[in-house]
Amino acid sequence: MSSLKITNVNKSYGNVHILKDINLDIQSGEFVVFVGPSGCGKSTLLRCISGLETISSGTISIDGRVVNDVAPSKRGIAMVFQSYALYPHMNVYRNMAYGLKLMGMPKAQIKQKVEAAAEKLQLTNYLHRLPKALSGGQRQRVAIGRAIVRDPKVFLFDEPLSNLDAALRVQMRIEISQLKDQLPNTTMVYVTHDQVEAMTMADRIVVLKDGVVQQVGSPMELYEKPQSMFVAGFIGSPKMNFLNAAFADKFGANVVGIRAEHLEVTPTGGAWSGKVIYSENLGSDSYIYLDVGAGEPIIVRQSGKASYHAGDTLSVTPRLEELHRFDASGNPMPH
Amino acid sequence: MLDQALYAIQIVAIAVLGFIAYYWGANWVLDRSLATNATMSHETIARRDRRRTRIRPWIFLAPALLLLAVYLVYPVFETLRLSLYDRLGQNFVGLSNYQWAFGNPADWFRSATDATGAPIIDAATGLPIVLNQGDPTFWRSTLNNVAWLIIVPSLATAFGLVIAVLADRVWWGGIAKTLVFMPMAISFVGAAVIWRFVYAYRAAGTDQIGLLNALVVAFGGEPQVWLGIPWLNSLLLMIILVWIQTGFAMVILSAALRGIPQETLEAARIDGANERQIFFGIMIPQIAGTILVVWTTITIIVLKVFDIVYAMTNGENGTQVLANLMYRWTFISGDSGRGSAIAIVIMLAVLPIMIWNIRRARAAEGAL
Amino acid sequence: MSTPTMVDTDPDVRLSSPDEVLRPARTRRFRPGRLVTHLILFFMVALWTLPTLGLLISSVRDPDQLAISGWWTSLATSTISDQSPRLPAADAAVLENGIYVIRGNLLGDDDNRTIATFGGTATTSGANPAGATIELRAGGMITVEANGDYVWTSPTPFEYTTAPRISYVASMAPRFTTENYSTVLSANGIDRAFINSATVAIPATIISVMVAAFAAYALAWMKFPGRTIFVIAVVALLVVPLQMALIPVLRLHNEIASIFGVPGKGYFAVWLAHTGFGLPLAVYLLRNYMVGLPREIMESARMDGASHFQTFTTMVLPLSVPALASIAIFQFLWIWNDLLVALVFLGSQDEYVVLTGKLVDLLGTYGEDWNLLTAGAFISILVPLIVFFSLQRYFVRGLLAGSVK
Repeated sequence: MSSLKITNVNKSYGNVHILKDINLDIQSGEFVVFVGPSGCGKSTLLRCISGLETISSGTISIDGRVVNDVAPSKRGIAMVFQSYALYPHMNVYRNMAYGLKLMGMPKAQIKQKVEAAAEKLQLTNYLHRLPKALSGGQRQRVAIGRAIVRDPKVFLFDEPLSNLDAALRVQMRIEISQLKDQLPNTTMVYVTHDQVEAMTMADRIVVLKDGVVQQVGSPMELYEKPQSMFVAGFIGSPKMNFLNAAFADKFGANVVGIRAEHLEVTPTGGAWSGKVIYSENLGSDSYIYLDVGAGEPIIVRQSGKASYHAGDTLSVTPRLEELHRFDASGNPMPH
Repeated sequence: MLDQALYAIQIVAIAVLGFIAYYWGANWVLDRSLATNATMSHETIARRDRRRTRIRPWIFLAPALLLLAVYLVYPVFETLRLSLYDRLGQNFVGLSNYQWAFGNPADWFRSATDATGAPIIDAATGLPIVLNQGDPTFWRSTLNNVAWLIIVPSLATAFGLVIAVLADRVWWGGIAKTLVFMPMAISFVGAAVIWRFVYAYRAAGTDQIGLLNALVVAFGGEPQVWLGIPWLNSLLLMIILVWIQTGFAMVILSAALRGIPQETLEAARIDGANERQIFFGIMIPQIAGTILVVWTTITIIVLKVFDIVYAMTNGENGTQVLANLMYRWTFISGDSGRGSAIAIVIMLAVLPIMIWNIRRARAAEGAL
Repeated sequence: MSTPTMVDTDPDVRLSSPDEVLRPARTRRFRPGRLVTHLILFFMVALWTLPTLGLLISSVRDPDQLAISGWWTSLATSTISDQSPRLPAADAAVLENGIYVIRGNLLGDDDNRTIATFGGTATTSGANPAGATIELRAGGMITVEANGDYVWTSPTPFEYTTAPRISYVASMAPRFTTENYSTVLSANGIDRAFINSATVAIPATIISVMVAAFAAYALAWMKFPGRTIFVIAVVALLVVPLQMALIPVLRLHNEIASIFGVPGKGYFAVWLAHTGFGLPLAVYLLRNYMVGLPREIMESARMDGASHFQTFTTMVLPLSVPALASIAIFQFLWIWNDLLVALVFLGSQDEYVVLTGKLVDLLGTYGEDWNLLTAGAFISILVPLIVFFSLQRYFVRGLLAGSVK
């Protein structure tokens, strides 16, 4: 059953058209990630779903009920904000209980719910602390706990990990994924600009650019079958290599794209050769930046330690079955 | 005495509770009359939610809007109207109140008698010219106000800046700033008493109890009745306001000085600037905006200055200023027409600052 | 008091810097002539402090000493000359051992003075040291001791119709007293004025902060048509001169009051007037502060189902305590120190007059009675000074919120 349905949604601020005819159908229990470069409208879309922003046209329905005019608190949603938005003057317990109290829930029931959520999030010992006495990860968990106690049908995350340091971010990523497993019937919509988060957490990814949905699909679908040069370039790290002009003409395309791991390295005799200008050693693998005369250097992945260094001459051959061909308007061409 | 205190507490409580009751009561009524519950249809709930959202801002704003309208907006227009009416506000008299104050511009620079002292005859009418050069006290007040406007903001800002800079360089700067800042808490009337005492006069030959005369005598001078000396007395009144406002300028400028990025000063030092060049070439330009704000703020205060003159000299001996003159005409002489005309003159003087403020506010709103 | 003008709304400036303003800088920016710096600053601080210090010291000095010597000499012995008390009438004499004697004390019960020299006429007051015996023109010999005791003896009965005077030069030991305060409090109605001031200032402060807080929240966080216009109007009204409002508002008060058959002046009138006049600044500063509160907290509360009223009371008010405190202090000092509004809307009868009005009154009536004036002035600035020194941080913060770019 579809849990969140977005039909022909548009959003403008005066003359600025932020969201253009968005259509999405999100299933119950699904974890959907909105990604895109900054300014693409992903956060605005999330805020429209939450009801914090009104939409200019179209409909948003949750569980089959149109919620365009419904107050945020009555949409059956909960939201985790980028800055957590913890109430600084309330302790952890009161932060989590606030929404329930406004709902008019009896005290005993509030207590039970908050304590259950605190238990789940390992916050039991911190219930009487003020937010300023908590670490970044703990604050994040309080924000999630505040959302959980509301038993939302749809759980909204607005770049929740961007304020954390790298190590904590990985840990919280795992915790959120576990949360998803614990709440199998809750739909989750997650906004991020970090495509690693998108790739690792999402059931489906929605790629947005300039207020338009570029592609919707599972992480692997987007990775392997991007439907536009933009998606091909946006998903995956390092970026897909794009070559044009003579390089692409040979394949009958305007632009060809090939990922770093889909290039075979040979000392000589490959399709493209050039000088190594830089090599990056990550330990498990290494990336070689190779100038083949295509304007920008192309990136080649090698497993293990880099065996080539700046100044070496190198030759690479693309795996034809992994080669993406694009026409003049950036659309993929069939194999 | 106790009775009065108890009575005071009672009316205080009633007034405050009244306002609280309004805010809580109005919101309660709104939430009640447009309540929603689960039995209603989604459309009804949404409609009621929307209507509540639409009404509530006005509940929040109503008392403020009403008070602003009655106490500030309405008076501006009413004063404008009264300035065109006679002393009791009953008969329309056109611009004659302004003519009384300013006189006839054509008469400003001519004289009613020729070099021999004989009256000049108007060729057109054949009658001696009667000059209307305006009310001398009004002109004197205007002139005094201009002097206040030039001297007080510049001295207060300059002293504030000097003290802010110096205080940052010594370990007891905090105490110094607190002491300089303290007069801000003192009423204009309190300050007037304090300074009347500084300017106090005792006949020559006896011990002086006023600090100023004591100093003059100590350096071999004659004690003076300071507040009776034209022009100097106005300056002595201005010093009181400078004394009060320097603390304000100092606090604001001190914060602005702290806000200057240290790197710019270091870069200037590396570029070979000396301390004086750093101060005037690097620091001052970076806080120019703040200096302007301080300046205009003090300017507004100067235009409204009333209490000091009222308490010190009541405008005697050539110390009159517009605000006090307006008070005299309105409440002592009972001429609301002339009083209002003077008020409008004060209003016109602050108008440029108001426009400047509005521009800045609009720029800030646009940036939101 | 001041009316800070339009400023930017950067919340960081407001929230971080003010606390540090009155502390010495951590970094030293200059290092030239250290001593000169100390001296100049000391000189300026002295200039700013001495007038108030003089008032304070004078207010606790002996009224007689205060009238004749500068407060900076208050620790030194002062000299009073040419006091000429009249001796008693002739029939006060008693016959002792065949000699007619009049005894007494020239100084009365004022034990603070010591007679240095004395004489029978004003011009000879410095002629004879204390303890000497001189002949009086009215007859007999008089001996005056340093403590003021005198013995006037004559072998024949005293026969005079007008008692002679003794002139003396006395030195006065420094004396500090609270009697100036008790005089001004009891005899001049300052105590009453004090309560009147409190009756004006406390509710007017509470009401204006409350009204301003609601309006500021609406202007900061609620959506309604015309919001920007109202914000701009508040900014415009910041500079409207108070004087301009007096006549129209007083007329309006009188008209409305006459409908209900009550006087147009009074506490209620002055509260509303102070609230109205103080609103632009209070609304403006509070709105600037509230706009700087994190948007996400408001949104989060909204998602939790809080109405604007609940968001305001449970989120914005607790989070705005520092700003509310600044505004309240501002308003309180302004109202307490105000003269004009109270004069116009409350009047200057003893029943209503506030401290500042009373002080102006004293200035007029007792322009040279510095013992009363200094004590009265100090009573009137006492409350502001206490508020200032105890809540200086908030006061500074309020100023900065209104003015720093």
